[in-house]
Amino acid sequence: MSAVKNYDAIIIGGGHNGLTAAAYLARAGKKVLVLERRYVLGGAAVTEEVFPGFKFSICSYVVSLLKPNIIRELMLPKFGLELLPLESTFTPLENDYLLRTTDEDQTYREISRHSPRDAETYMRFGPLMGQIGMAVRPILETIAPNAIRPSLADLGAMKKLLNHFKTLSDEQFEYLTKLMTMSSADFLDEWFEFEPLKATMSASGIIGTFMGPRSPGSAYVMLHHYMGDIDGAFRAWGFQRGGTGAVSMAIACSAKHFGADILTEAPVEKVIVKNGRAMGVVLENGDEYQADKVISGLDPKLSFLKMVDESDLPSDFVTDIKNFRIRGSSGKVNLALDGLPNFISLPGDGPHLRGAISISPSYDYLERAYDDAKYGNFSQEPYMDIIFPSVIDPGMAPPNKHVMSCFVQYAPYDIKGGWNDQKREDFGDAVVNAIARFAPNIKDIILHRQVLSPADLEATFGLTEGNIFHGELTLQQLFVLRPAAKWADYRTPIKNYYQCGSGTHPGGGITGSPGEMSAKKILRNW
Amino acid sequence: MSYGNQFKAHTQLKLSPFFERTSRLNESQEWRRWSGYLAATNYELTHENEYFAIRTKAALLDITPLYKYIIEGPDAQRFLDRMVTRNIGICRVGQVMYTPWCDEDGKQIDDGTIQRLSDQKFRITSAEPNLEWIEYNAAGMDLSIWDDSYTTAALAIQGPNSRTILNAVTSDSLNNLNFFWMMETRFGDIPISISRTGYTGDLGYEIWMDPKDALSVWDLLMDMGKPFGITPTGLQALDMARIEAGLILLDVDYISSRHAIVESRKSSPYELGLGWAVKMKKKDFIGKKALEAELSRGSKWEFVGIEIQWAELENHYRNVGLAPGLPGTAWRTSTPLYKGNKQVGYATSGCWSPILKRYIALAHVKSDYAQSGSTLDFELKVEHYRKVTPAIVVKTPFFDPERKRSCPQ
Repeated sequence: MSAVKNYDAIIIGGGHNGLTAAAYLARAGKKVLVLERRYVLGGAAVTEEVFPGFKFSICSYVVSLLKPNIIRELMLPKFGLELLPLESTFTPLENDYLLRTTDEDQTYREISRHSPRDAETYMRFGPLMGQIGMAVRPILETIAPNAIRPSLADLGAMKKLLNHFKTLSDEQFEYLTKLMTMSSADFLDEWFEFEPLKATMSASGIIGTFMGPRSPGSAYVMLHHYMGDIDGAFRAWGFQRGGTGAVSMAIACSAKHFGADILTEAPVEKVIVKNGRAMGVVLENGDEYQADKVISGLDPKLSFLKMVDESDLPSDFVTDIKNFRIRGSSGKVNLALDGLPNFISLPGDGPHLRGAISISPSYDYLERAYDDAKYGNFSQEPYMDIIFPSVIDPGMAPPNKHVMSCFVQYAPYDIKGGWNDQKREDFGDAVVNAIARFAPNIKDIILHRQVLSPADLEATFGLTEGNIFHGELTLQQLFVLRPAAKWADYRTPIKNYYQCGSGTHPGGGITGSPGEMSAKKILRNW
Repeated sequence: MSYGNQFKAHTQLKLSPFFERTSRLNESQEWRRWSGYLAATNYELTHENEYFAIRTKAALLDITPLYKYIIEGPDAQRFLDRMVTRNIGICRVGQVMYTPWCDEDGKQIDDGTIQRLSDQKFRITSAEPNLEWIEYNAAGMDLSIWDDSYTTAALAIQGPNSRTILNAVTSDSLNNLNFFWMMETRFGDIPISISRTGYTGDLGYEIWMDPKDALSVWDLLMDMGKPFGITPTGLQALDMARIEAGLILLDVDYISSRHAIVESRKSSPYELGLGWAVKMKKKDFIGKKALEAELSRGSKWEFVGIEIQWAELENHYRNVGLAPGLPGTAWRTSTPLYKGNKQVGYATSGCWSPILKRYIALAHVKSDYAQSGSTLDFELKVEHYRKVTPAIVVKTPFFDPERKRSCPQ
C-alpha cells in the first residue's frame, strides 16, 4: 500500500511559493517533490475554466510584486511569464469619475479637473512612495533574523540593515515612520483633498486585511502594495496572459526544468515527525514519502496545527500560532458576461476598462463597508477592485464575451449564522447591486456567476478563514514576528521542517519571495 | 480643456486655443508635448526657416502651455517678495521681472516672469505647475490666487521685425516700450497686453489675451506680419535660440527641487548662473539662509557656456574620412565633460549656432574648472567611437544683439 520514495526535500502545497521554493532547491541540484492537494497547480494563483469558454483567475488576479530576480533566476519568461500592463485605475462616482492612467499628462489633467492642487501633489507622491519602497526593500529581501536570540549571522544581517537605515534621507525616515504607524486615511489626508482619489488610494491599505481605511496600521498595507515593480517601473500592476495560473505554471515548468517532481491530487495527511525531526509525509491515501527536509507552503495554522501534532511543538509557539491573526475579510465574485458594462459616468468602451476599476467613492463608503463586517455581516455596499481580464487578454473568454473579476471586501469569515448557500447568493446579489449603481446594464449581461465567500476560499484553496495573505499584514506579524518570534527565518521548532508560504516574511501577494528566501535559507545550512 | 474650437483632433492631449490655426499650418505634423499640450515641433519639414525667422525676421510662437497664476490682494507684493529671490518691492506697475524661486534649502524649484499688472495684482509664469507651492506659502496672507493657465492665452512674436509688425497692428506705438516692461493696448477692439519679453534673446514680445480672442489675434498678426516675414515657429527653432541666449530650461538643464528625488539632482540659483537674480539685501525670502551659507562657502557647481573647438572637431571627422558632423537640431542628452581623466561636469543642452557659426552648449561644471577661458574635454561619438574634443568655457549669452534692449531713436 505505501510506496516509500526518497527525496531531498518535499514541499507541501503547489502554490506559487511552494513551486518557487521547489524550483530553487531543484536548481541547486536537490531531488525535490511537490505535493498538491488539488487537480491544478498554483494554489490561490490559479486559472480555471469555471464555465465553458470562460477562464478565471478565480482567486488572486493581478501581478505586481513578483520579484525581478526570481523572474531572471528561474527564467520565467522562457516558461510562459507574459505580463500585460494594467493601464488605468477608474473610480466611478455617482455623476462623475476619476480616471488615472499611466500617462502623466493625462493623469495630471484628469486629477486637476477635480483638484488642481492634488494633481500637482500626485506627481510628487508617486516618486516619494517609490523612494520609501526602496527604503523598505532591503528589509523585505533579508531573511528575518532571530531578533530575540540572534546568532552571529543574525547580528550580521541586522548590522547590514542598520547600515542601510543610516543611508536613508530625513524625508524617507519621516514618511517611513508615518507609514508604519498611521491609518491610510490619515496619511493620505496629509497630501490630498479630493475624497475619491484618497479613498481609492487608501483602498490598497485594506486589501486582505480586517481593517478600514481609518484603522491605524492600514498605511503599511498600502506601502506593501506600492513595493511592486514591473520591468523596473515602481507601482506597476500587470495582468498575466492566461491569468495568474499561468504565473504558477511558469514557475512549475521552471521547477520541472530543473528536475523537480510535481504531483497533483496528492493531498498530504500529515508530516511524519520522529524524535522532534521531520522524516517525510504521509498522504491521505496512505502513500508515504521520505525526505531529508519537509517544507510547508501552507499557512501557519495548517502548517502547525494540522500537519503536525501540537505535542511535537513547544507550547509557547503553539500559542503564538493560535494568536496569529488570519481573519478573512474578502470574497471574490467572478462573472461571465455577454458584453461589457456601460458605466453611467463614462459610457462605452475605452482605456478605463483595460485597467482596475475601484468602487471606492469615499472614505465613508469604505468605512461603512467595514462597519458591516465588524458586526458580522458582509458589506451591503462593498469596496471592490474589478478587472476585465478578457479586455486585456481576449483568450480569457469566447469572442465578444467577457469575464469580470471582482475582488470584494468586506466579507467576514465569521458571519452571523455562518456561510451557507443562501448567504453566498445574497452576498453575490449585494455585489451585483453595488456595481449596478454605476453600471446598470450589468444585470442584463451576466451569463454565469461564481461567488466565493471566505468559507469557500478556505474550502477550495486551503486558505484558513479565507485570508488571502496567509495572515494579515499588520505590524505585529511582520518581519521578525511572521509568523512567530524566533521562527521567522523559515525554520520551525521541528528539525528539518520548514515553511515557505505567504504566512512567512515578507508576506502575501504573488511575490515568490517567501518561497525563494526559504529555499535559499535551507540551502545555506544544508 | 476645450476653448470652444470648431476644429477637433482625436487626442487626449490639451489643445491650445490657437490649435485650429496651428494644426492646419503644421505641414510636418510633428508635435511635441509641452505641459500636456500638443505643441508644434516645427511647422515646415525642417526647422531652419523658423530658426532664421527668429534671428532675421519675425517668428510667431504659441506659448499658451506656460503655467500662469494671478496673485492679487494687499499682501500680493509681500508674498511674492518672500517667495522669489528677486526684489519684487522695486517692481513697478507695468514692469516685468525674470526670477527663480527656491525651497527652504535654497534649491531651485522653477523660474519664470512676474508681471506687475497693478499695485496689488501680479501674474507669475512657470514651467511646471506651482499652484500647490504658491498656496502653501500664501497661508495667512491677504491675497487671492487664481490659476490663469486656461484663462489667458499667449503668443510670442520674436525677431528683429517683431516691433514693426506689432506697431502695424496695435492702437499704441511700442517704440517706447522698454525691455522687460509691458503695456495694455488693443488690436482693433481686442484688449491685449504686450510684454517685451521672450525666450530667444532677441528683440521680441509676448502677447497675453483672452482665449476667446486667440484666433482673431493670430489672424491679425499673420496678416499684417506677412510683408515682414512673420513665420509660425515651433519648439525646435526655439530651443536653438534659447541656447544661444543662454536661457535655462527646466527638466533639461536642471530639475525642480520638488521633483528631484535625490539631493544631487538639485541646483541652487548660484549653480545655475542666476546669482544675479538672488537679492541678498532683501529682508527675507524662502531659501535665503541656505543661499547665504552657500554664498559664503562658495558653490560647488557653476553653470556655464562652452564652445566646442572647431579645428579639433574637424580633425576627428577627417580621420574617419568625413566632413565635420554637426547637430542639425538642438540636443538635450547629458554629455560628460572631462579634465584629463576626471569628469568635472556635463553639458545638458547644445546646438550648432547657425548665426554665430559656433558649436555651443550649456553645461554644469565643478567650480574649480569653470573659469572663463579654461579648456575642458567634451565627449562625442565619431562613427560609433567615443572621442573627446576640447571645449572652452565662455560667458553666456552666446548671442546678445543690441536690438534686444534698445528702443528706436
